Amino acid sequence: MNAVLRHRRHPLALVVLLLGGLLVAGMAYAAVVPTRAQASEATGEDQIALGEQLFLANCSTCHGTDGAGGYENANGRVAGPSLIGVGAASVDFQVGTGRMPAQASGPQIQKRDPQFSLEETRAMAAYVATEFGPGPGIPDEEYLDPANGDVAEGNELFRVNCAMCHNFAGSGGALTRGKYAPSLMGVEPVHVYEAMVTGPQSMPVFSDDTLTPQQKNDIITFLDYVENTPSAGGLSLGSLGPVGDGLFIWVVGITGLIACAVWLGAKSS
Amino acid sequence: MSDVHDNDNDDTARPVSTVRDSGTDAPGTTRTGTDLQTRRAPVPDRFEDPGLPPHRPRMADTDVAAAKRAERQVAFLFFLSIVGTVLTIVGYFAVPLRDETDAGRVLLSNILLGTGIFLTLFGIGTGAVHWAKTLMPDHEEIDERHQIEGGPQEQAEAVGILSNGIEDSGIGRRPLIRNTLVGALALAPLPAVVLLKDTGPNPEGVLAETLWQADTRLVTDPTGTLIRAEEIPIGGVVHVQPEGIEESSHFLDEKAKAAVLLIRLEPDEVAPEALAGSFAGIVAYSKICTHMGCPVALYEQTTHHLLCPCHQSTFDVLQNCKVIFGPSDRPLPQLPIDVDGDGYLVATDGFAEPVGPSYWEREQDLRRMTEES
Amino acid sequence: MSATTAPAPRSAPQSTAAKLGGFADSRLGLSGVVRANARKIFPDHWSFMLGEITLYSFVICLITGVFLTFFYVPSVALIEYSGSYEPLQGKLVSEALASTIFMSFEVRGGLLMRQIHHWAALVFVAATIVHMARVFFTGAFRRPRELNWVIGAILALLAIVEGFAGYSLPDDLLSGTGLRIAAAIILAIPLIGTYIHFFAFGGEFPGEAFIPRLYTIHVLLLPAIFLALIAAHLFLVVLHKHTQYPGPGRTNNNVVGYPLLPTYIAKAGGFFFIVFGVIALIAAFVQINPVWAYGPYDPSPVTAGSQPDWYMGWLDGAVRVMPGWLEVNVFGYVLSGNILLAAVVMPGLLTTLLIAYPWIERLATGDSREHHLLDRPRNAPTRTGIGVMALTFYCLMWANGGNDIIAIQLNLAINDITRFIGVAMFVAPPLAFLITKRICLGLQRRDRERVLHGVETGQVYRLDNGEVLERHAPMSDYDRWTLVQHDNYVPLEPGPATDANGVKRKGALLGNVQRRLSRFYFEDRVEPVTPTDLAAAHSHGAHDAIEGHDDPAAVEGSTGREVGSGQA
Repeated sequence: MNAVLRHRRHPLALVVLLLGGLLVAGMAYAAVVPTRAQASEATGEDQIALGEQLFLANCSTCHGTDGAGGYENANGRVAGPSLIGVGAASVDFQVGTGRMPAQASGPQIQKRDPQFSLEETRAMAAYVATEFGPGPGIPDEEYLDPANGDVAEGNELFRVNCAMCHNFAGSGGALTRGKYAPSLMGVEPVHVYEAMVTGPQSMPVFSDDTLTPQQKNDIITFLDYVENTPSAGGLSLGSLGPVGDGLFIWVVGITGLIACAVWLGAKSS
Repeated sequence: MSDVHDNDNDDTARPVSTVRDSGTDAPGTTRTGTDLQTRRAPVPDRFEDPGLPPHRPRMADTDVAAAKRAERQVAFLFFLSIVGTVLTIVGYFAVPLRDETDAGRVLLSNILLGTGIFLTLFGIGTGAVHWAKTLMPDHEEIDERHQIEGGPQEQAEAVGILSNGIEDSGIGRRPLIRNTLVGALALAPLPAVVLLKDTGPNPEGVLAETLWQADTRLVTDPTGTLIRAEEIPIGGVVHVQPEGIEESSHFLDEKAKAAVLLIRLEPDEVAPEALAGSFAGIVAYSKICTHMGCPVALYEQTTHHLLCPCHQSTFDVLQNCKVIFGPSDRPLPQLPIDVDGDGYLVATDGFAEPVGPSYWEREQDLRRMTEES
Repeated sequence: MSATTAPAPRSAPQSTAAKLGGFADSRLGLSGVVRANARKIFPDHWSFMLGEITLYSFVICLITGVFLTFFYVPSVALIEYSGSYEPLQGKLVSEALASTIFMSFEVRGGLLMRQIHHWAALVFVAATIVHMARVFFTGAFRRPRELNWVIGAILALLAIVEGFAGYSLPDDLLSGTGLRIAAAIILAIPLIGTYIHFFAFGGEFPGEAFIPRLYTIHVLLLPAIFLALIAAHLFLVVLHKHTQYPGPGRTNNNVVGYPLLPTYIAKAGGFFFIVFGVIALIAAFVQINPVWAYGPYDPSPVTAGSQPDWYMGWLDGAVRVMPGWLEVNVFGYVLSGNILLAAVVMPGLLTTLLIAYPWIERLATGDSREHHLLDRPRNAPTRTGIGVMALTFYCLMWANGGNDIIAIQLNLAINDITRFIGVAMFVAPPLAFLITKRICLGLQRRDRERVLHGVETGQVYRLDNGEVLERHAPMSDYDRWTLVQHDNYVPLEPGPATDANGVKRKGALLGNVQRRLSRFYFEDRVEPVTPTDLAAAHSHGAHDAIEGHDDPAAVEGSTGREVGSGQA
């Protein structure tokens, strides 16, 4: 009997038991359920084969098995543009930024967490480039390094070619009918380059002739500067311009000053 | 609006209350300047003003310890101000700026100096206010107001003084002086207006002239390189200015009229009216918005719409840049282009109409340009 | 005072203060000033501080502005940038922009002064509007203060112009785009627009003359006008004495408050430091107008989210909502109705109504007496409704000015926002008027209730027959006075058409307008409680005989047959 009393349950025993059970179940599940096939460093034909496999599984429903798009789905609507000639850059951009495979409909496709790993993305890109006709390729590494570009040139080019949609600091801007140019903060250099060269959705196309690779590199350097340099004056309020300032001064400034005035006029205790 | 005026639904008969008499008008006078009069019903019963409410003392008034505490608080706030002053001065010398290119350093200096100045000022301000609130006497005092308008005697005296003075000047009896004086004074400001004439030249149709003429080559903005047609991809956009614009004496003025946008469409997408001035699906339109002159630079590749960011005028490139939304009224003028012997894009003519915002004489300028071409 | 006197023999040495005082008095006549003004009474309410926020932020702009003028170069001549901001290295920028960036990055405290200056300017205009609203809703613009109201309205307009001129000085991309729009407004003026444009800009846009001229306007001309108008504005406040809220002991003929020395010198003086301090704190931590990031002005590029500073947002929104077909051809000339209506006619009309309002209301009330007691806004329902209506319209236009920012933040379409506001600008203001007026009348009825039936105490008791009633405590005389002291206007009635001698009275047409206006203002009203009402409410009528109900507050009863209960 004393043994029984001695080993009476601690109030937290139930909690510990539940947590332990969950842990065991989770580990068992992870051990048993097959994980996604981790593609090893696939190159060449292996890569294209993997890419084909992924393409047929994830993309052909909307873009067609022949990539010609215009595919009539169950509702009779045409879904998915043609991928003929879009090139590896397009695929790398769209899939790499999570925009593809597209989910919800709306004025435009939104950026999300990427659904595929970098290897898988490159595999699909290689497949599309080989199978559906040549187009802009994955850009050279040397043009993606912010250290290789001129920030002043990039600033000027950005201001003339990009700021009208993406805003002077790359914070994004409105287009018509609910479309928008997204913020460029946190976008990897490779995706910046690929967007310029492929012109996704509403964005116009800036081929390597209209904006040379070096010029694109300059723009990448400029964006890197904006992203990694603190705002010298303090909080930038999203770099949205006077609207943000006006909102701030009313919500914080005037309210604060009126609060001071109320304190001033109140009778002391 | 047929609500009865007496909204309290009680059935006590009461004369309608009228405006409280402050004693400045004789009863029954018409004060409105029209034929309307206020109703002067007998003043009904009203509550009496109970006078100032009893004074409620503050803690610092009755409790010596509380007063001492308030005093210490005020002193602390003033001391905080001194701390702020020291912080500002220290921060100023501790964070030099001239040799640095670092935005982070500027930010640090800004925060240090700003916080220091904040403490300096806020400390004095809150200290003074807290002192007034807690320690300075807070018995309400009363001042009497005096009517702004002078009493009848004062007004009569003033009128008398004025009329004596005016009579002394003799202006009433000497209309010749009066009339010439009025004439002279009325005309005297005119030179001031006339002197402003040389602040700028006359317009003289300048608004309708741009640097674009036949055989002016297109170059990229801002880098100034010539453009080949095959360099522009379908769905691509190039910002363009006329070759040689940097040499012009007022190059920003010229750019404000000459900025052009090149767009490459599929050849069958070009509007019929624009076909003659296009080349292989490449069309060139003035970038200066016909509403208020902002650059219409946002090109939506999928819809082929051009959006102006200032007031959202939207132009449809497939319809020769006709306005499809927003406050603008006129389409963007097209710049007719072709390819020259070396394969570079070149204008075949200037614009057929004045570019940019409207102005009063625009129709005249347009007619002149049409006749000249 | 005799002209020559031998110096009076002094019996004891004077203190320093007395010597100083004597020095000043014999040269400035200070003792008279001190006697009249040092203990002047000012009424105490936080809403009287709003004008001070405006005044102090103006002074802050003056002080910081002087610092800025030591570094800013008012020239748009192009130079190669060689300062410390890397992304502009070697690029052509104007001297104005280069000097502004230099002041921000290479002068210690320069960025802080710039930011304090700009934040203070935003506060200046915001506080002007809040102050103007307070004056409007409390009826402080009535005689004798109509002229001060006009001066204030002019100050508000000039503040907007001054701010626009100020932020256009650095010649950056954003403010240059704003100047482009200003140029287009000038061009749109019929007949003389192009001439005025060429005179103002010294030729075409952008030209080289406009920014240096704006500098003169911003630093010399407008501040001088401001100082003169503000001096007049404050002088009138002192002459008329400040208004006060109604309350026990406060009449139309007195001022109840605290003396200038020491209380208001401490409070108002301290408040200057508080305002300055708060703005400095904001400037220390929140960036504004980063002109280096906008880049130099060029007519070809533009940034998404091109807006003017907030106080011009309503004009921007009005321009955005206009349809294009308002631009018409008039006998071979172009009349840009879309621009003129939004940027000239509408603000001109609203400003005129604003300035004329004291006389409009005077026409409706027929009241030309001096008013020094403020109205509680609920006691002037039509005026309050009109004010809310105007603010609703203003806010709708203001929102439309930022429709692209609203669109990306809230995932909406700019086209939808514009169309919505295009409709709402006609529907919402009258709706706001009706709702506000009804709320005011409702609040007045509630005041009547509280006076007649007392304040709810939360104590409940139960009758023998099981009913549960709440005890109400009668209001104190002091609390009650504030709720019953106001006077209601009644709609003006026409006098007899002819006077005693059969001569027709003048002003019949104006009288018609006046009568209609007066009815619009005062037809719906709730009368303040009188002692008779209160006595009637306290009488129990049929219930006088009920046992144990001596408490007059217990009249709040269940039968609803009380005489004079006043329940709507």
